Amino acid sequence: MEKNLLPKDLPKEEFLLPGTRACSGCAFALAYRFALKALGKRTIACTPASCSTVLSGMYPVTSLKIPMLNTAFESTGAALSGIRAALDILGKEDITVLGWAGDGGTVDIGIQSLSGAAERGTDMIYVCYDNEAYMNTGVQRSGSTPYGAFTTTTPTGKLQKRKNMPAILAAHGVPYVATANSSYPIDLYLKFKKAKDEFKGKTRYIHIIAPCPPGWGFHTKDFIKIGRLATQSGLWPLYEIIEGKMILSKPTRDIVLGKKKRVPVTDYFQAQSRFRTLSDVQIQQIQAEVDQEFESFKQNL
Amino acid sequence: MGRKLVLNGNHAAAHACKDARVQVIAAYPITPQSPLTELLSQFVEHGDLKAKYICVESEHSAITVCIAASSTGARTFTATSANGLLLMHEQLHWAAGARLPIVLACVNRAVAAPWNVWNDQQDSISQRDTGWIQIYCEDNQEIYDRIIQAYKIAEQLYIPVMVCFDGYILSHTLMPVETIDQDSIDEFLPPYKPHITLDPENPCVLNLVTFPWIRQDHPDIEKLGGYPELRYQLQQTLLSSFEVIEQVDREFGEKFGRDYGLYIEYQCADADYILMAMGSIASEATVAVDLLREEGYKIGMLSLKLFRPFPAEILAAYADRAPASTYIIIERGLSYGYEGAVCTEFKAALFTHQIQKNVHNYLIGIGGRDFDVYQIIEATKQSINAIDNGQTYKEMEWINVQK
Repeated sequence: MEKNLLPKDLPKEEFLLPGTRACSGCAFALAYRFALKALGKRTIACTPASCSTVLSGMYPVTSLKIPMLNTAFESTGAALSGIRAALDILGKEDITVLGWAGDGGTVDIGIQSLSGAAERGTDMIYVCYDNEAYMNTGVQRSGSTPYGAFTTTTPTGKLQKRKNMPAILAAHGVPYVATANSSYPIDLYLKFKKAKDEFKGKTRYIHIIAPCPPGWGFHTKDFIKIGRLATQSGLWPLYEIIEGKMILSKPTRDIVLGKKKRVPVTDYFQAQSRFRTLSDVQIQQIQAEVDQEFESFKQNL
Repeated sequence: MGRKLVLNGNHAAAHACKDARVQVIAAYPITPQSPLTELLSQFVEHGDLKAKYICVESEHSAITVCIAASSTGARTFTATSANGLLLMHEQLHWAAGARLPIVLACVNRAVAAPWNVWNDQQDSISQRDTGWIQIYCEDNQEIYDRIIQAYKIAEQLYIPVMVCFDGYILSHTLMPVETIDQDSIDEFLPPYKPHITLDPENPCVLNLVTFPWIRQDHPDIEKLGGYPELRYQLQQTLLSSFEVIEQVDREFGEKFGRDYGLYIEYQCADADYILMAMGSIASEATVAVDLLREEGYKIGMLSLKLFRPFPAEILAAYADRAPASTYIIIERGLSYGYEGAVCTEFKAALFTHQIQKNVHNYLIGIGGRDFDVYQIIEATKQSINAIDNGQTYKEMEWINVQK
């Protein structure tokens, strides 16, 4: 990937306008902004029921400068196949079709239609922006809520581990799978560029962690910091899976190489209120699992 | 030139889609619909139809593909039956609310539980309130003709159309069907030109969250209204669609020599009693009428073609005009806990327009239970006897069911 690119070097044109209905300190809004800079004007987006529905505005006013289709909660994958089919038959093959769904709409209710679209090899970029619970309905647990996190339906902390959605998509044979983090905007931008330019015509899946101040319990000013801690602690590693081969992205690779120090998971947990019920034993267990995962990452260097 | 083919109902529908130059098809296999979409996939594969055929993983996704493709400007088609249609339910509301001219063929089949793959009309009757136009076909020629008409109606009104036909009885039965030559169809049905689509050159966001109130924060916004205004428009368009549906049918008739109307009447001019039915059962009822006439009964048959929007005023005016005192409605779907859906609607239409008629209701052939014309005759005689004995009202009755 290109080195030394700075946010100020990115295209100036904005496709997500200021004054959206997203909460202040919303990380997925920032990710959306950078993603659209990479994808450009000839993009059609599609969003299921989610915070993104709210961000898009209230009829007849919108914050988006690209066309977007709101679709039913479980239907994003199928809707992307439909948009793609119409564009292809109408001779508009150059347009990028972008799915922009939350974790509930991706890993839970939407997994079937996403799996179908991925299996069909739909020419699309599907994004899961993951705020790790049903935030739009008031912080209920999802299949992507991490172990131990408080939500309104897991009052003593979630007892199960999250689904590994990137691995599930990679298992479909999706040729480009990546994780991203809005606290690493250049990495995120370049992944979208790559998805658009190098994997055109294929299914692409990008899973973005999206820190959520009201849902996670931290101050809005800290959302970049929280995102960084997620990756620095190893809880949200950044990587690409290209044709089945995992390639670690720089922030995570530097940790594996020992160039940067991995911070303890407690630093991440203590910065948010949702992990307040985690016991020391649970934290040690999570730390051990992260340590083990990073050990295994050495094979991917 | 058009051709005379021998087709089952499913294949008649597939030929109509090909001739209507459908651009995006999405379907999921279900009995008895499967042969319809199999033939369509062959048309696409062999290059007879320039379209995208999306093999989806569920009916919910099939209708979603149609919604998204239609929103992007393509002419779309899907087909299903029974539980497949029920799985689409959420998106049927969505398609109508989003005002998309999708055409769906419902190959009518009983719904589970228990499992049953045979014919009745409970599937489409249960979709009554979704905002779709529902047309019921009597034979395979009508299936072909109505699907072509359906696109013209849908694209004029921005309302989706469900063309319903009975599973097996039509879907798997061969009949002669006259297809129409491509040039004539193209002239009748020009390419779909939507008023709004997902287009990067003219970006807009579709199906946004819409407030219950009318926004006051911009002068232009006020004219557009809120959620109730958009829903009011859907209802008003449906209520005023009879003219378009009839006009398209008339134009089709003038061009191709076949039209159907909102209902077909048979031997009703002097009838004291009228049998009323929807779909293939109406054909069966004409035979009953002939046999009863031989016995001296003054009886006719009314085949209802349109269930939604319900032609209440038109039927009430008909009932007012026609001499018959009694309507015997034979149905293959009901509202559980009440009675046959057509019966309820028809009685409400009569009441609204203050027309007094006897209305009797029979349920027949549920879950594919075989019935013959003599059972219709028996039920009819039972009603006539009841009326003669002064019993003008009777509850809905199941024909040929062990009680």
